[in-house]
Amino acid sequence: MNYHWNWGVFLQQTAAGDDIYLGWMLSGFKMTIGLSLAAWAMALTFGALIGVLRTVPHRGLAAFATGWVELFRNVPLLVQLFIWYFVLPELLPASIGDAYKQMNPVLQQFLAAMVCLGLFTSARVAEQVRAGINSLPRGQKNAGLALGLSLPQTYRHIILPMAFRVVVPPLTSEFLNIFKNSAVCSTIGLLELAAQGRQLVDYTAQPYESFIAVTLAYVLINVTVMALMRKLEIMVAVPGHLGGK
Amino acid sequence: MYDFDWSSIPGALPFLLDGMKVSLTITAQAIAIGIVWGTLLAMMRLSSAKPLSWFAAGYVNLFRSVPLVMVLLWFFLIVPKVIENVFNVPPGTDMRLNSAMAGFALFESAYYSEIIRAGIQSVARGQFSAAYALGMSYGQAMRLVILPQAFRNMVPLLLTQAIILFQDTSLVYVSALADFFGAAYKVGDRDGRLVEMLLFAGLIYFIICFAASCLVKQLQKKYHAA
Repeated sequence: MNYHWNWGVFLQQTAAGDDIYLGWMLSGFKMTIGLSLAAWAMALTFGALIGVLRTVPHRGLAAFATGWVELFRNVPLLVQLFIWYFVLPELLPASIGDAYKQMNPVLQQFLAAMVCLGLFTSARVAEQVRAGINSLPRGQKNAGLALGLSLPQTYRHIILPMAFRVVVPPLTSEFLNIFKNSAVCSTIGLLELAAQGRQLVDYTAQPYESFIAVTLAYVLINVTVMALMRKLEIMVAVPGHLGGK
Repeated sequence: MYDFDWSSIPGALPFLLDGMKVSLTITAQAIAIGIVWGTLLAMMRLSSAKPLSWFAAGYVNLFRSVPLVMVLLWFFLIVPKVIENVFNVPPGTDMRLNSAMAGFALFESAYYSEIIRAGIQSVARGQFSAAYALGMSYGQAMRLVILPQAFRNMVPLLLTQAIILFQDTSLVYVSALADFFGAAYKVGDRDGRLVEMLLFAGLIYFIICFAASCLVKQLQKKYHAA
């Protein structure tokens, strides 16, 4: 093989002269982390809400929550992303749509990507939350009601404090997925890690170094998240509940 | 308000149908390879030969920690060049699409292998001992006793994974393969009707995946009843 390995490429000035190539990689890395964390915050908020709604004894609310989950689970992420990014601004009332289109392009991409990833993941989080609530013994809810608590009070003081702790271990894989899924957002031009890697190939013709670096960066994110979640799992494990299982 | 114009869909149907065939072909190939290669990986992972089990663990963990988009780009842009260099393939042979499809299957195998491993472990250990006691070899015990039971337990999970895999095929978009989504995007781009085509594509994916997941649920109920 006559490939010229050149790991020094990361320290060279970029063609635009604004930075070294390592700087591009780091900015992509930061974008991936920032986007994923923002989307994760959305996913947790909506996922917890929708997951709870799926278990409440109210037909309309439960049906709404089921519809939400099915909608976001049965359309591919890429299609959802393109709909958020290309379609929605056209369908919104003209004033809002135009305001969106006049924003900084990076901000537009980031918002579309965050909402898309956040809601996509919220459906999966909701399913875990629902499973967590359903895994609790039925007697807990009945005991709460028998004590004279209202249903919302029973959820707030009895069911949810348990459910949110039980649900942490299964959420680890969803948290990992959101980082991986954020790579899809390179397709709308958001300069996150995968996109920076491709850009580096175009500018430097050093595809191996660039792709190896990006792949290792994803592995690094994965390992870090897993280690942190392991700690969190131990912290929140319910004594006597076999660490959630 | 936006003026919808769905008129470009009827004329584009044959083209979209071709795209859907590509999507389904990739799905079927990846499922077939995923189950065979995934089973082998799962058996290696559970084997007592350390190097085999390390290899399988490394393979699965690597593929599971890298985004599919990245894997597809590797197999679309890098792997063909490596193969060209190593095997002296005459330049001009375009194997990028085949390579992307292979990458997709190798990626999904990692996920299948985890499902299959759990399935094998769900079969009671006594079954193995019983098979050995009957004088079977490891291969026979696996083939005749363990795997048939494991696969029966796994059917719903394997099907659910197949639905996810079908959705994942839309990501071959990054490798310029004209799957269903790629076809829909091209038509929308050509006619200036991206809004309608993207919504249409989303609807079709939703119908297929929703119907399939309902079927899986039915099947699961049947299993529990039996």
